[in-house]
Amino acid sequence: MDILDLTAVELGRKIKAGEIGVAEAAEASLAQIRELEPELNCYVTVDEENVRKQAARVQKEIDDGVLCGPLAGVPMAVKDNMCLAGLPTTCSSKILENFVPAYTAEAVERLIKEGAVVLGKTNMDEFAMGSTTETSAFGETKNPWNPAHVPGGSSGGSCAAVAAGECFYALGSDTGGSIRQPSSFCGVTGIKPTYGTVSRYGLIAYGSSLDQIGPIARSVPDCAAILETIAFQDKKDSTSILREDCDFTSALVDDVSGMRIGIPTDYLGEGLDDEVRAAVLAAAKTLEEKGAVVEEFDLSLAEYAIPAYYVIASAEASSNLSRFDGVKYGYRTKEYEGLHNMYKKSRSEGFGEEVKRRIMLGSFVLSSGYYDAYYLKALRTKALIKQAFDRAFARYDVILGPTAPSTAPRLGESLGDPLKMYLGDIYTIAVNLAGLPGMSVPCGCDSRGLPIGLQLIGDCFKEKNLIRAGYAYECTRSYEMPKMARQKAEKEAEQEVQ
Amino acid sequence: MGKQYETVIGLEVHVELATKTKIFCGCSTEFGGAPNTHTCPVCTGMPGSLPVLNKQVVEYALAVGLATNCKIHQYCKFDRKNYFYPDNPQNYQISQLYLPICHDGWVEIGTAAGKKKIGIHEIHMEEDAGKLVHDEWEDCSLVDYNRSGVPLIEIVSEPDMRSADEVIAYLEKLRLIIQYLGASDCKLQEGSMRADVNLSVRETGAKEFGTRTEMKNLNSFKAIARAIEGERNRQIELLEDGRKVIQETRRWDDNKESSHAMRSKEDAQDYRYFPDPDLVPVIISDEWIARIQAQQPELRTEKLGRYQTEYQLPQYDAEILTGSKHLADIFEETVALCNRPKEVSNWLMTDGMRLLKEHGQEPEDISFAPENLAKLVELVDNNVINRTVARSVFEAVFADNVDPSRYVEEKGLKVVNDTNQLRQVIEKILQENPQSVADYKAGKQKAMGFVVGQTMRAMKGKADPAVVNELAKELLENE
Amino acid sequence: MANIISDETIEYVGILAKLELSPEEKEAAKRDMGKMLDYIDKLNELDTSGAEPMSHVFPVSNVFREDVVTNGDDRENMLKNAPQQKGGAFKVPKTVE
Repeated sequence: MDILDLTAVELGRKIKAGEIGVAEAAEASLAQIRELEPELNCYVTVDEENVRKQAARVQKEIDDGVLCGPLAGVPMAVKDNMCLAGLPTTCSSKILENFVPAYTAEAVERLIKEGAVVLGKTNMDEFAMGSTTETSAFGETKNPWNPAHVPGGSSGGSCAAVAAGECFYALGSDTGGSIRQPSSFCGVTGIKPTYGTVSRYGLIAYGSSLDQIGPIARSVPDCAAILETIAFQDKKDSTSILREDCDFTSALVDDVSGMRIGIPTDYLGEGLDDEVRAAVLAAAKTLEEKGAVVEEFDLSLAEYAIPAYYVIASAEASSNLSRFDGVKYGYRTKEYEGLHNMYKKSRSEGFGEEVKRRIMLGSFVLSSGYYDAYYLKALRTKALIKQAFDRAFARYDVILGPTAPSTAPRLGESLGDPLKMYLGDIYTIAVNLAGLPGMSVPCGCDSRGLPIGLQLIGDCFKEKNLIRAGYAYECTRSYEMPKMARQKAEKEAEQEVQ
Repeated sequence: MGKQYETVIGLEVHVELATKTKIFCGCSTEFGGAPNTHTCPVCTGMPGSLPVLNKQVVEYALAVGLATNCKIHQYCKFDRKNYFYPDNPQNYQISQLYLPICHDGWVEIGTAAGKKKIGIHEIHMEEDAGKLVHDEWEDCSLVDYNRSGVPLIEIVSEPDMRSADEVIAYLEKLRLIIQYLGASDCKLQEGSMRADVNLSVRETGAKEFGTRTEMKNLNSFKAIARAIEGERNRQIELLEDGRKVIQETRRWDDNKESSHAMRSKEDAQDYRYFPDPDLVPVIISDEWIARIQAQQPELRTEKLGRYQTEYQLPQYDAEILTGSKHLADIFEETVALCNRPKEVSNWLMTDGMRLLKEHGQEPEDISFAPENLAKLVELVDNNVINRTVARSVFEAVFADNVDPSRYVEEKGLKVVNDTNQLRQVIEKILQENPQSVADYKAGKQKAMGFVVGQTMRAMKGKADPAVVNELAKELLENE
Repeated sequence: MANIISDETIEYVGILAKLELSPEEKEAAKRDMGKMLDYIDKLNELDTSGAEPMSHVFPVSNVFREDVVTNGDDRENMLKNAPQQKGGAFKVPKTVE
């Protein structure tokens, strides 16, 4: 048996049983990182020494009976837009290259308290703005299924690391699909929880009204266990919500009989890759065969979600990112004349192209004379989209569709035409506008061997419906690991034979 | 004859609220710490930090709104005001534009022409900025975020004022109301109350307002009066020259008694306000308003009446005492201890006011403990010291907050009513002044006054005057 | 392209956002923003007159903290990442009056 074949919860169980040591698990992850990072670049920061220290401490606390949760001792990774005290937190941006926070994001803190061993910080699109992880200032991450392709984004580093076995699970953040879309491209499972379920304290904001942290792992049970750990009402985040139904693992039941599942016809139309459509409909069929009631319906308004999203997210981003100014932390340009020149040069040199594009768009839509026409219009559209989902959830327990219109594009194909890239988020974005939970579960590969993701969307606070449906579907298949992740195991096996 | 002009003035008054902590984080609002020692990730704008609203800020804002006859927006929200400046760590200020907590109120002021209502357009809650200090040595600026995030309310008046006198009467009125509510100490010099003056001029009788300017950096009532005069003249001169007033923000320099425009091409004055997504709306229920209403402390007008009925003070005294919340508090606390309202009032009104004037201080600067004044009153009442000595003890209380009993003991200031001792002193004086004895015998009563005065002087003022009088009379008669 | 972004507009947005663009970047920004706004104008097809602007998805309100000091002196940590500092303060170019 190879440790890397285990899911997070399986590994946690074996660690608790004393069959595998925390250090052993951490070394296995570190070895995989050393093996694959040169090719994949999933991480911005890995601090091996720190990992070993954590492993020793966690092992002791497990042995002492202090730690007994399902994830104690399991090595994991954190997207680099979540603060972790003492480690650089860069948002994959030059402007934060040397920023080392003194505080830890609450979601990460919860996992650390439950014995997580943090391997490092994962690569992402700069400030989470992008769908390919190519806008990172520290080089793109490659897709473990085929390194000529992108892993998706913006949580591309987290998803690729999970797929490649460079960690057992990871945290991502999702503002318009940034957990679900790369999960789909990398063949892993990711959940974007209901807005307010996970504290945003310590998450470097992109679009504050849309951002939400969520789990990325190899299986639905892993995601359920992680979400159960990180979901709580945080007094430091005014938008976090008190929930009493956070026992997500209780929904891991292989039974969908009577579950009402709706497939929006809007999500199956023009622009959807045929192979993706076929895989998604096959997955729906599987659930139907297991007793779910599946039908197609008209969700409406799908095409308005993207323009509304880009107005709202860019507006919030333009304000959220104004704090990066070379005064308190981060990059300051070397030569400048006076204050305003220092601001302009630091920001222009520190931010990448896509970030600047969105800051400018956001500044424009909020500027005098345009606020009503753009910003308020987008907020009204958001209200209508929420209403459309409310109507749908009066009839269905779960909405099912593709996560993305296609599988992972080749590196370098997307950035040339930003608008086209934005259109790739068409199935995920509305979920953020309406604050809903969404999940991507692998449902096969296309003819090129690239993974396809099935998206399940639930009503607010109904993650359990997603977990139940996702789990029931997952039970019909076995987890597929990219070949590359097996290389090392295979190499070792070969060596043993010799 | 030249044209007649009318000055139209509206004020934006910023008041720092007397909370213990900042508006969005648990940092202390205390004055005077070393730079950046009262800071955290929230009030320094660290990435990933989030604001959480201090409930007391809402309560104070509500109290001020209710006391100034405002309507309350029972659904209110915070907005971000976006602009870059180093004292503003997030480069946006959390404020309220669209739904400020209070609106459409008024206060009444006294003017030469009688009472006048000044409209209050709105009161909103916001965070203060940090402090920038210019470093001459290196020709750079240094930023201290200790004040960043201190809660403010901004009270925006209607353009209802027509003179500096009205402006000052309005500010005095606001200051008293807010001090009485305990919502702020409202010290102009220390910046806990700051006023920006919006001023325009128009020909007397004109219907339309002229173009206004906004004047900042006004640190005292005197500066405000001078700035109003200066700006009024500047605008009239422009108009008389056939030029236009430009709508702009100007900074008043009270030393030069002139102002200059604060414009820069890097300032677009386009704040891109939008609702802060990190904060949720504040919903103010009828019950909440009723509770604040019920908790409102006695305000000045009520106190003024009560001082006259309950304590039997003359209106003038009551007005002086209630003219400062701090002074009224000292008065009431002292009375509560010694139950001698007239006596306490006299001390504060005469010697207290005199000393303040001599030191160039405000009633807010009084720092002695009420118990010490009460003790002093009791010492006089119990005849432990006499009035002359008491005045010097009051000065010591006023200056150093001394304990009067201990002070009198240590300095040996107790009244001497030992008849033997006094008898000897008087006898000596009579021996040295046979003329006085003769005068007295001849029926000149004045001679007795001389003897008493000499005795008091010999006793360094500590003798009990009643006893001295009695003894002097007896000895003169018997001489 | 229906939305033509002028040089003045890009200049103005640069002042608001504190970004300085090279002539080439400016041209690209004008083009990109125009294209995005054309796309965003799609929202005008939608009748939103009956909908209130929705900033928060959930009707959560009145989240407060009590007025109690919880933070001590954390200056060292706050200044740790400062590009320049002096005497416990953040050092910046002279702010002109």
